[in-house]
Amino acid sequence: MILSGAEIVVQSLKDEGVEFVFGYPGGAALHIYDAFYKQQDVQHILVRHEQGATHAADGYARATGKPGVVLVTSGPGVTNAVTGIATAHMDSIPMVVLTGQVPTALIGDDAFQEVDTVGITRPCVKHNFLVSRVEDLAGVIKKAFFIACTGRPGPVVVDIPKDVTAHRTEYEYPTSVEIRSYAPVSKGHPKQISRAADLLLEAEKPIIYSGGGIIQGNAADELTQLVRELAFPCTNTLMGLGGFPYNDPLFLGMLGMHGTYEANMAMYDCDVMLAVGARFDDRVTGDLAKFSPNSRIIHVDVDPSSIGKNVSVEVPIVGEAAPVLREMLTVVKARKADGILPDIGQWWDRIEDWRAFKSFEYDRESAKIKPQYVIETLHKITNGNAFVTSDVGQHQMWAAQHYGFSASRRWINSGGLGTMGFGLPAAMGVQLANPNEQVACITGEASIMMCIQELSTCKQYELPVKVINLNNRYMGMVRQWQEFFYDGRYSHSYMDALPDFVALAESFGHVGMRIESPADVKGALEEAFAQKNRLVFMDFITDQSENVYPMIAAGGGHNEMHLKPSEADDVLLERELA
Amino acid sequence: MRRIISLLVENEAGALSRIAGLFSARGYNIESLTVAPTEDESLSRMTIVTQGSDAIIEQITKQLNKLIDVVRLVDLTEGRHIERELMLIKVIAERDEREEVKRLADIFRGRIIDVTNSTYTIELTGPGGKLDAFIEALQGVEVVEAVRSGVSGISRGDRALRY
Repeated sequence: MILSGAEIVVQSLKDEGVEFVFGYPGGAALHIYDAFYKQQDVQHILVRHEQGATHAADGYARATGKPGVVLVTSGPGVTNAVTGIATAHMDSIPMVVLTGQVPTALIGDDAFQEVDTVGITRPCVKHNFLVSRVEDLAGVIKKAFFIACTGRPGPVVVDIPKDVTAHRTEYEYPTSVEIRSYAPVSKGHPKQISRAADLLLEAEKPIIYSGGGIIQGNAADELTQLVRELAFPCTNTLMGLGGFPYNDPLFLGMLGMHGTYEANMAMYDCDVMLAVGARFDDRVTGDLAKFSPNSRIIHVDVDPSSIGKNVSVEVPIVGEAAPVLREMLTVVKARKADGILPDIGQWWDRIEDWRAFKSFEYDRESAKIKPQYVIETLHKITNGNAFVTSDVGQHQMWAAQHYGFSASRRWINSGGLGTMGFGLPAAMGVQLANPNEQVACITGEASIMMCIQELSTCKQYELPVKVINLNNRYMGMVRQWQEFFYDGRYSHSYMDALPDFVALAESFGHVGMRIESPADVKGALEEAFAQKNRLVFMDFITDQSENVYPMIAAGGGHNEMHLKPSEADDVLLERELA
Repeated sequence: MRRIISLLVENEAGALSRIAGLFSARGYNIESLTVAPTEDESLSRMTIVTQGSDAIIEQITKQLNKLIDVVRLVDLTEGRHIERELMLIKVIAERDEREEVKRLADIFRGRIIDVTNSTYTIELTGPGGKLDAFIEALQGVEVVEAVRSGVSGISRGDRALRY
């Protein structure tokens, strides 16, 4: 059939099975918007700012595993979307971003609303395309989805000049795609997997450290089976939470800058480390010179460039987490059947000593609302089954530490780029994908202001997100660093002239609540979640001075943690190591 | 260590900027970069000379391979290889100097490709070191301008970078 470029865009999305497109119209995208108007199959969600569109598509992708789709206009539409594209890129989230562009004849003329979209987005996408002929359009869109979703996923931008959306051509959506320069590896090398299994079974002090690759690679079951088969300790990165059940005794909690004492000490002291779908990020490793000095490392990753980038690896395995872990489990079972059994009882004794320290404890007697208590209570009210999105800062760390995730794709946050403003729009994408599930957005009064306009989108589409605003009147994490490292000079970290959040939420047509006493926390959360069809904005007035503990200062090693204030805040605890 | 990385890339607008952008974004060093289409017009061949430790070179090759536009890649310095560079150099050549400069060009197997009353323009190819040596040998002769192409490289023997 003969279609216009704009119709090809919409028809391609339909043929790709896209449910939602998050977007905002503008001149260069108007032909495409006209094509949307004439169909019912793909639902367009109108956001209030293009950053919101990208985060919403990102949240949708993280919650479902399907690619998020964005449509914006040229110029400022694109530049506003860049933050969300970079956010998705850092966390390897599959996303296809369609951008309007000025007509081909005007490209390079500094035309109205023209920017070099391919140039601006190049460093923060997996790949991007400028479509110069309508005949190429369907094929490029197919390639974009293929590249976004395979290998190490990521965002792909397709820039479409306005005249290309007007021209007409024969439409046929390709059924397959081949790119000669792109062939992601799926299965790991059997010999390497066998070497890895040998190394694991020789270990006296092993640890399994997994990241977002387990979530994006749908490998939580495989990871859980392997960890349980070996009965080894397992720790997750911020991005990997939910990859292993939080309440399993083999779980040591999150590791890294604000991870548990037991996870970080075990990382420091281990002799064999299996890293899966994790990239040895600086927030995880601390000072590389002090990182896990005595371990032999096995690293499984779908992206070869992640392996050996920050730490040297003894057994590199390039492949997707799920097939590699399945194969590894088979080999481990066979070795065990041959009588090779790990004996790590002494290692567990040490870990239990560390665990007994209870590094996430906080003052439960406080007359002020402790943010940790709000999150613990949220877990109880939602039975630990909610989808939890977060913004960036202290509240994000407390959510990661205290919610407790037992399934993957439930914890949705910007780990790599650390984008304030992510939480609310991401929650919209999650809620649209899961209309009958509980979705909580844990945020702070500083972060929420960065995309507050999306409360309007939530009203338009009746998205009953529960916003948990941990309001300490500070950019909490900035304030914490200023307290620790800048002698308490709180330079521009105080949020002066905050709005009345209750009135603000109500003005958008939502329900607002202010909670000022610990005694009211549980009741408020119950009341909020009972309002199944309403967005409820809960403004919790929390203890201003609360800090996130434990903490490894930037440049510290895993054995150099600030524990809690009661343990002499300024003493770096360096315990003797065997 | 100095490395010569040879690539086959899609002959498309933007491929060069992806590669150059990768080097600047990740702080890798580029000593020289040459690029031109190949006998297969859908492909360009690129030679990049770079410096770095083994770990950095490994990252450079992995990151380059990750780019969708990169079809094939080889580190020529891993095996026996030939590198050549072209230089066009314009020098003042008047009176006695004319004979001396011509003699030097002959010794270096250079060719004088343009002549005026007061200048010679000489074409010279060879490894970078030979071009440096020629400039050195011209001491006392005034160089008006010199342009170097950057290194092109190819493997010796049967090895080849093909698609």
